[in-house]
Amino acid sequence: MVRILWVILLAVSFNCFAAIDAYPFPDEQLQQRYDGLIAELRCPQCLNTNLAGSDAMIAQDLRREVHRMLLDGHTDDEILAFMYERYGDFILYRPRLGAGTLVLWLGPLLLLMFAGFVWFRLARAKPEVLEINTEEQARLDDLLRDSDP
Amino acid sequence: MTFNKSLLIPLGVFGLLVVFLALGFRLQDPHLLPSVLIDKPFPEFELQDLRQPDQLRTLADLSGEVSLVNVWATWCPNCLIEHPELLRISRETDLPLYGVNYNDDNGKALGWLARHENPYEFSIVDDKGTLAIDLGVYGAPETFVLDASGVIRFRHVGPVTPEVWRETLLPVVEQLQGMSDG
Amino acid sequence: MIPELGHFSLILALGLSVALAVLPALGVYRRDALLMQTGPSIATGLFVLLAFSFGCLMYSFIQDDFSVAYVANNSNSALPLQYKISAVWGAHEGSFLLWTLIASGWTLAVAAFSRGLTFDMKARVLSVLGLLCAGFASFLLFTSNPFDRNLPFHPADGGDLNPLLQDFGLIVHPPMLYMGYVGFAVPFALAIATLTTGRLDAAWARWSRPWTNAAWAFLTVGITLGSWWAYYELGWGGWWFWDAVENASFMPWLMGIALIHSLAASEKRGVFKSWTVLLAISTFSLSLLGAFLVRSGVLTSVHAFAVDPTRGIFILMFLVLVIGGSLTLYAWKASGIKSEAQFEWNSREAMLLINNLLLVVATASVLLGTLYPLLYEVITDGKKISVGPPYFNRVFVPIVCLLFIAMAVSPFSRWRRTSGDVLLRQHWPFLLATPVIICLVTYVVATGIDVIAIGVETLAVWILVLLARHWWQAGSISSASQLGMMLAHAGIAVAILGVIVTITYSEGRDVRMNPGESIALAGYDITFEGVQKVRGPNYLADQAEFNVTRDGEFVAKLRPEKRVYSVGQNVMTEADMDPGLMRDVYVALGEKVGDTAWAVRVHVKPFVRWIWLGGLLVALGGFVTLLDKRYRRVRGLVSNNVVGTAA
Repeated sequence: MVRILWVILLAVSFNCFAAIDAYPFPDEQLQQRYDGLIAELRCPQCLNTNLAGSDAMIAQDLRREVHRMLLDGHTDDEILAFMYERYGDFILYRPRLGAGTLVLWLGPLLLLMFAGFVWFRLARAKPEVLEINTEEQARLDDLLRDSDP
Repeated sequence: MTFNKSLLIPLGVFGLLVVFLALGFRLQDPHLLPSVLIDKPFPEFELQDLRQPDQLRTLADLSGEVSLVNVWATWCPNCLIEHPELLRISRETDLPLYGVNYNDDNGKALGWLARHENPYEFSIVDDKGTLAIDLGVYGAPETFVLDASGVIRFRHVGPVTPEVWRETLLPVVEQLQGMSDG
Repeated sequence: MIPELGHFSLILALGLSVALAVLPALGVYRRDALLMQTGPSIATGLFVLLAFSFGCLMYSFIQDDFSVAYVANNSNSALPLQYKISAVWGAHEGSFLLWTLIASGWTLAVAAFSRGLTFDMKARVLSVLGLLCAGFASFLLFTSNPFDRNLPFHPADGGDLNPLLQDFGLIVHPPMLYMGYVGFAVPFALAIATLTTGRLDAAWARWSRPWTNAAWAFLTVGITLGSWWAYYELGWGGWWFWDAVENASFMPWLMGIALIHSLAASEKRGVFKSWTVLLAISTFSLSLLGAFLVRSGVLTSVHAFAVDPTRGIFILMFLVLVIGGSLTLYAWKASGIKSEAQFEWNSREAMLLINNLLLVVATASVLLGTLYPLLYEVITDGKKISVGPPYFNRVFVPIVCLLFIAMAVSPFSRWRRTSGDVLLRQHWPFLLATPVIICLVTYVVATGIDVIAIGVETLAVWILVLLARHWWQAGSISSASQLGMMLAHAGIAVAILGVIVTITYSEGRDVRMNPGESIALAGYDITFEGVQKVRGPNYLADQAEFNVTRDGEFVAKLRPEKRVYSVGQNVMTEADMDPGLMRDVYVALGEKVGDTAWAVRVHVKPFVRWIWLGGLLVALGGFVTLLDKRYRRVRGLVSNNVVGTAA
């Protein structure tokens, strides 16, 4: 029984590929906003596809809604909020910044800062400077040049 | 040889990762999406009644007692699979069962109900799928449990089999009915 | 009979891999030279058994033996022969048998080509590799046996290979990926072996370098092919989606870059030695983690294998043993190792440190984004969140930009100190002219000036021209290693150039077209001629014809299809494109709209091929370093026959 359900679920989700509708937009800017939005919204039914890439019924309906809302004059944020109210965080490929995603958004930045700190500590540590005269320095330079890379 | 404790950090990080991955096995199936409308009121709507096309149905028609709202369609094979159970529920319990006919054709839907019998008090025509979107539906069939004031308390995705009814829906219904009685 | 032979061979292979894990190690422990030298022969036997087992599975596919469950699930009598063969690795069980076979292949290669290793080290390394092979073989036998029969009721015909996989890409992409993933086991084994001796000298780094470069080069080919395959197969013109499975291959690749550079520094300058060991462990760990993510069902992905928690638990336990064990060993044994040399902030060591740090941050960020939905769901007990391309692009791209700048500057740094002023003094006219020229070219050819694009393009051109100049100065390339490095760096620059141009200047439209209609895009006129039905070996298709012209001159005829495969009734979009070095013209067919019109997607993507050409160039660079003469047999080298002192 369960097996049948999985087969059907999977069969349905095989529609989750290359969807092409032709929604006309009066101007280029709306078209670009549309393309951006359907790339950023996730198909609720598919395994990991955005609305742009899915043929599933719900994806077609949601694209139609995005088109309608754009023509109605809603902002991108309003459209994303509309989707969020109905489908939750799952439908947003760009996670909202909030208490639950602080680690996610700040993590890489903190890591980068920490890496910079490590680099400064290691690379700027004053090495012992040995005293050598200019002749030895010239020979040393020659040797180093030849030994590359 | 002094032991440098910072060398334990990678092991620690890995250990933490393993804990999460192990806990990941207890999660539900990745295909199933939890509903974000739990404990929120059922969305407002004004849509045609399937069998009485002149009549418009609204949220008020769903309120008053604990009820089930079932999203179904003729193109949905699992809806046929769950149909006998829905019929049984509508006959053997006094739980009102309402249907949302999703992205379907009225003629086909009426024919389907005539062939397989109608378990619903009434069915709402959602031929554009707008109510379904407002409900966060992503595939049929889905079944919602509403409390007496029309607030969504539970959603089940997939067919309602006898096991699903017994183990998942019935307890919720009974709890809600207990609350509204007491 | 054949499947049973294959199964039996697999069981024997498990036995041999356990022997490989135990006997040489015992030899090291007991300082028994004879035991230590059993490694190569056992490794040979192991490889032969696994090759035979794999051959039996392939034979079952070719003979349409549908009594074998795996064959029945993934093949069909109408499947063309080349796909019957590649279907062997089209799903979990068979692909993991390939993985195990490749592991034994690398093990055999180490046994055969490690003349520079002492008997002691060789025994330790082969022992570790044997342990890994034993783990893989156990996993196969206990949870994922490809030879399971479905008697007595087996289907008359198979369920067919997923149409998406019926493609050249399937034939090459997974084998290349696995060569890379599993190849990182060699530096891993060398690192573990070295840790057990308690000595960490430059020799370890020298031995590891060719193996690491080779594995990484294979992985580069695998990832490049995967991206190219997705582009022409999936029909939406994209080539990278930050899908969990893509990230699973990308993370070991990133870490592999850090490892390659760190090994170079360790070998030459004795710096970062303990850190390099940790990198070697981490890179292979990421390979294993990737396998876990793909095969355990814990993450959702378009091309994760089917869900099975038993397998997931097995792999997780394997991860705990291998990674946990090696990190414990690292913490225990690496304490006493200190790097001696010191360096200045503008030296080559400092540049390598930047490289490593940035790559670790990049890898960690990708890992965080990939695992976050899982972590979130566990912590919130069920709530789902998505982390997709907007996040990864926002986080990863700046780090890559920093890395790219470092790569541009690094050839002018010297070990210990830099002579970077030379760079500016000699080349400043060229450096200044580049962005100006790029701006002019862009203004003439493209639709607008994008500052970031100009910046990245400038860096890429600087890198490429300076590398080319270095090449043409006769006599200044001293070795295959250096040549390989230059090719790899050039490849990265080429790929990044492709990425930035295609992302910034691609144009595409989804339109409704009737036969006879034409649209104009980026200077091209694309005319829809009509649709006809065609029949393929195992599908029926609607094939559209498009005429592409530019200024009235013929450019190409494109024939995208919408196929319905006979078994399973799957619908597949096959886009068609006119490939070119400077641009691709790409057309995909959608649904029929109304009576005669069709929804059509048209793209013009400039420089998109540079991405994959760059990738292949990078891989070539990696392979070229293997030709370096110091890895070839050097006559008169003493001491292959020393039984080294164990820790």
